[in-house]
Amino acid sequence: MTSNRYRDILKHGAIWAFILVELTFFSIAGEYLSVSDKAFMDFDNMLLLLKQSAPIGIIALGMTIIMINGNIDLSVGATYALSAIVLLDSMTWPALQAMGDWAIPLAWGLALLTGAILGAINGLIVWKTGVDAFIVTLGSMLGYRGLVFMINGEQPTSHLNWTLVDFAEAQFLGLHTASWFLLTAALVLWLMMTRTVHGRNAYAIGNNREAAVNAGIRVGPHMMWNFVLIGFLAALSAVVFYSESGSVNPNDGMLFELWAITAVVLGGTKLTGGYGSIISTLGGVIAIQLLRKGLGHIGAATETVNLVIGLILIAVLLLDRQLNLKGKQELKI
Amino acid sequence: MSESIPVLRLENIVKTFPGVRALDDVSLSVLPGEVHALMGENGAGKSTLMKVLGGIHAPDSGRILIAEEPSVMTSPQHAKARGVVFIHQELSLADELSVAENIFLGELPLKSFGRVDWKTLYDDTDAILKTLNVGFNARTLVGDLSIANQQMVEIGRALTVDPRAVIFDEPTASLTDAEKVVLFKVIADLQAKGVGIIYISHRMEEIFKITDRITVLRDGQYRGTLNTAETNEDEVTQLMIGRSLDLSRNVSHHEMGDVALEVRGLTCGKMFTDVTFAVRKGEVLGFYGLVGAGRTEIAETLFGLRTPSAGKILLEGQEVQINSPIDAIRHGISLVPEDRKNQGLVLGMNCRDNMTLPQVGDLTAGPFVSDGAEIAIFDQYRDKLDIRTPGWRQIAGNLSGGNQQKIVIGKWLSMRPKVLIVDEPTRGIDVGSKSEIHNLIRELAAQGYAVIVISSEMPEVLHVSDRIIAMFSGRVMREFTSEEVTEDTLVQAISGISADKVA
Repeated sequence: MTSNRYRDILKHGAIWAFILVELTFFSIAGEYLSVSDKAFMDFDNMLLLLKQSAPIGIIALGMTIIMINGNIDLSVGATYALSAIVLLDSMTWPALQAMGDWAIPLAWGLALLTGAILGAINGLIVWKTGVDAFIVTLGSMLGYRGLVFMINGEQPTSHLNWTLVDFAEAQFLGLHTASWFLLTAALVLWLMMTRTVHGRNAYAIGNNREAAVNAGIRVGPHMMWNFVLIGFLAALSAVVFYSESGSVNPNDGMLFELWAITAVVLGGTKLTGGYGSIISTLGGVIAIQLLRKGLGHIGAATETVNLVIGLILIAVLLLDRQLNLKGKQELKI
Repeated sequence: MSESIPVLRLENIVKTFPGVRALDDVSLSVLPGEVHALMGENGAGKSTLMKVLGGIHAPDSGRILIAEEPSVMTSPQHAKARGVVFIHQELSLADELSVAENIFLGELPLKSFGRVDWKTLYDDTDAILKTLNVGFNARTLVGDLSIANQQMVEIGRALTVDPRAVIFDEPTASLTDAEKVVLFKVIADLQAKGVGIIYISHRMEEIFKITDRITVLRDGQYRGTLNTAETNEDEVTQLMIGRSLDLSRNVSHHEMGDVALEVRGLTCGKMFTDVTFAVRKGEVLGFYGLVGAGRTEIAETLFGLRTPSAGKILLEGQEVQINSPIDAIRHGISLVPEDRKNQGLVLGMNCRDNMTLPQVGDLTAGPFVSDGAEIAIFDQYRDKLDIRTPGWRQIAGNLSGGNQQKIVIGKWLSMRPKVLIVDEPTRGIDVGSKSEIHNLIRELAAQGYAVIVISSEMPEVLHVSDRIIAMFSGRVMREFTSEEVTEDTLVQAISGISADKVA
C-alpha cells in the first residue's frame, strides 16, 4: 500500500520535480554560460515564459481530455490557423468595421465558433462512422489546412486593431492576458475532468469502452463534446495569440498538434486513454517552454533544442514504463 | 521407461517479492508418463512456480532438476531447449500466419541467404499435425481455425522439440466438451510416450478424470501431494481453502412474488430461436448449456446489446422495447457480464467510481458530482456485500476476482434493479470466494430480486437455481424445477438428446 502511494506521488509529482531540476540547472549553468547578465530565474522572465507557453498550452489542455477519452486530434494546428484567419479577416468586413470596437467580441465569437464547428465535424465523423480518431483527424488536418490555403493563398492575412493589441498585451496582477487564459482554462477543465459527470465518463470510456457502454454511458456524445471542446480551445489559443500579433501566415500552427501531444505525454497522460491529468499537462507545457528558454539562455543553438526535447521525451517514457512494469509485477503475486 | 527417475523435480523453491513470500519451500516432482495436477486458489503461487520453472523469475533458493540434473533456467526458450515446454491459457498465435509458420515461429528452417525452407517447414509441420490427429494442414491460416484447433497449434509448438515435460495451464478454459475429448487424447498420447505432464486447472471434474497425482498449494506453501485414485473433491478442496465448499443442491424455499420478467418467442438471428420463459421475484432461474448454446446471447439481448428479430419482452406484465443498455437500465434490467475484466469493470478506475458509474449522473450537486453521495453508496454496498478493499480509492484492477465481481454486483444492486442477470458468476474466481458469491445470489433472491444465472458449471447451477432451463444450440430444450432435476437428465437436455420431448 505504501509503495503504491509512493509510486503515485512519484508519478504525479515527476513533472514538477523535472521543472525544478530544469530551473536549478539553468540558473547554475546560466551563471557561467549566459550570454546576458540577467539571472535566469528573473521574475519577469518567468512571467514571460508562462505567456509564451499559452498557445501550445491551451491546445494541450484540450488534447489531454481527448487522449484521456481514448482518442487523438491531429487537426488542432490547422484549426488554430483557420480560426486565426476568421478572427483577423472578419474584422476587415465592412459590416464589422462599421461597429467600431464592438467588432472585437464579434470577431472573437466567430473565430471560436469556427473552432468549435471544425471540432464538431471531427467528433461527428468519429462518432457516426466509428473510424479511428487518428485517421479521421489526419484527414481533417490536411483538409482544414487546405481550406487555409484556399482562403489565404500563400499570403499572410493581417489586421491590427490597437484596442485588441492593448487588451492582449495587458498585464493584470502581473500576469499577461494570455497567461490568464491559460490558467483559467486549466482550472475550468481540471474541475470538469475531476468533478463532473462528463469528466468521470470520459475517463471510463478511455479506460474500458465496452464496460462504459455496459454501464449505460452514451459514448458517442461524450466523445463528440470533447472534440468540440478541443476545437474551441484551438480557436481560443489562436484568438489570444493573434489578437496581439495581428498577422497569420498560412503555415502557422503547423506541428502544433505534435507539440501539444508531447506536452501531454510528458505530463504522464497515457496514449491508450483512461489515465491522465490536466494539471500535469500544464507542467508538461511549462517544462518544454523552460527547456527552450533555458537552452537559449545558456547560448545553445536553437537547433539543439528539439534534439534535447526529443531525447527527454523518450527518457521520460522509458522511466514511466519501468515504473509501470514494477507495479504490474507486484500485482501478479 | 524408468519409473524411478522423475523427468522434472522442483526442490524447496523459495521466491519472495517485495513484501510477499510468493513461494515458500515448494517442492514438486513429475514422473515420466504421469499427469500431475497443480491446484490452488488464485494467488496460491501456481503461476509463480511455473514462472520459476520457465526462467521468468529466478528463485531465491531451491533447485530445478531435469532428469535429476540440476538446471538453471533463464528463459522459456531455454527451458524448451531442455525439454520443458509450456502451453498457456492465453493463446499467443499470429492470426495472419499459417499453422506451419506459427508452430516454427522463431525457428524456421532456413536455406542459404536466410531464405525460408518452405518444403521442410510444411513437411515437418504436417508430421507434427499427424500425431495430433487434427483436420487441418500446415498451410491453413491460424485465423481461420476454431479456438480448439488454435490450441492444437499451440500444442504443436511444444512438439517441435522432444519434450520431457509439458505444462498445460488451464487448457480447457475455452473448449467445448467434444474438444476436450480431443485434448485429453493428445495428453494420453504424450503420457504413453513417457512425457511428464503438469496440468493446471480449477476444474475438479477434469482433474479426477485425467490426472495421476495432485499437488496442492495454498498461500505460496506446499500443502501436500495426493494420489488421485485415493482422494476425492472434498479432500482436495479442503487442502486448497482450508475448509470444504458447499455445493449441495439448492433446497431453500421461500415465498415467490409476481412474474418480474417474461420472454415470449424471443429470437435473434441464428443465435437463439423461439425462447420463452418467465422469472418471478424471489426466484433464481438458472440457464445451463454448452458454450455457444445461446445463453449469453439471450442475456445480451435482454440488456439491449443485441436486437431481437422476433419475440416480446415483458416486464411486470408490460411489454417493453429495449434497444440499448440505457433502455435496459432504465427499465431495471442489469447484467453482470461474463467477462468481468473487459465488459464489467473499468479496471483503471477506483472502486467507488466503478460502483457508481451507471448512476453518477444522478448524484450531482450543482455542476459537480457529490463526493458524499458516492461514498455513502460505496460504503453501504461494501458492507452489504462484504467487499474487502482497503478503501474506495483502491484501483479496481488491484482487487481479487471475487471482490471485483462483488463491485459489479454492487453497482447494479445500488440501482435497485427488477431483474439481475449474472453471466458466469464465478468464472476465474477462486474456490473460497465462489461460495460467497453463491450465497449472495441466494440471499438476493430471498430479498425478492428476480435473478437469472447463466453458468457452464453444473454444480453451480444445481446449487443456486430454483428452476433450470437447459439450452442446446439456440433452443430451450427443457425446463426443470430444482426438485425434479438430475444430473443425467440435465446432461441429456443440453446435449440435444431429449430434443423430441421438449417441455
